Amino acid sequence: MLGELLITGGVLVLLFLAWQLWWNDAVMAAAQSRAAESIAQGWTEGVPPDLEPAPATEEGYGDPIVAEAPGNAGAFAVLYVPRFGADYHRTIAQGTGTDVLNSAALGIGHYPSTQMPGEVGNFAIASHRSANGGGMHAINELQLNDAIYVQTADGYYTYRFRDFEYVPPSTIEAIAPVPHDPEATAVDRLITLTTCNPLLSTAERIIAYGVFETWQPTSAGPPAELAAMMPAA
Amino acid sequence: MYAVIWRLLPGPAWVRVLLVLILVAAVLHSLATWIFPWVNTIVDNQEVTVGAP
Repeated sequence: MLGELLITGGVLVLLFLAWQLWWNDAVMAAAQSRAAESIAQGWTEGVPPDLEPAPATEEGYGDPIVAEAPGNAGAFAVLYVPRFGADYHRTIAQGTGTDVLNSAALGIGHYPSTQMPGEVGNFAIASHRSANGGGMHAINELQLNDAIYVQTADGYYTYRFRDFEYVPPSTIEAIAPVPHDPEATAVDRLITLTTCNPLLSTAERIIAYGVFETWQPTSAGPPAELAAMMPAA
Repeated sequence: MYAVIWRLLPGPAWVRVLLVLILVAAVLHSLATWIFPWVNTIVDNQEVTVGAP
């Protein structure tokens, strides 16, 4: 009797893990992907498909527009990372609580203490790696200069992957405006991705840094590589 | 525990096997639909942030 109960308990735990890591992960990933798609389409809907690209100056489109941060759980951007898959897109929302990270409609959380896309400093975001949609499942596959695109209502921000760090979970300095130098004044525009490490463990965090390269307003359309991977409107 | 369930089920062996399969399917379905999503909200085995969450 007791033995049967214990075995049943063990089977239930294994079933839960299988459900969490595969079944629910896949269901959530599909839902988050669809949600991101519809948000992105909302931003480009008013823009005529054959709009002439706005004339870029020699410096591109100048300094990027920096949007105001929304309230908690407010969606404000969509993340595209070609290395994560040609159809990879996820919504970025304000805050890194479970209401954002475990949401079927959101999935990627922006650290409220950090800067916004395009802003001088550090745009730091977090997501799951192996459950609840696994928004950063393939983070360890990033390679130098891989594109990391962030789309907002204002336009498209292109970052290029720079390097990894593996740190203890308490390393808040990783998301400082100048990582690991909280006192310094930022001059660069960075993006920072954080998730758990190793895979299926929470012992450490893996940090991926990217450096801002360029931006273009919504009216100019997405960069060519991004246009190819954006869902057809 | 499982022997008791087996004894309580009516009918010949093949009916009992059928009933057991139905019971197992019902348990799995309720786990996936109600129990596991609820457990997922209270266990936090998936921390991904640095510093205070």
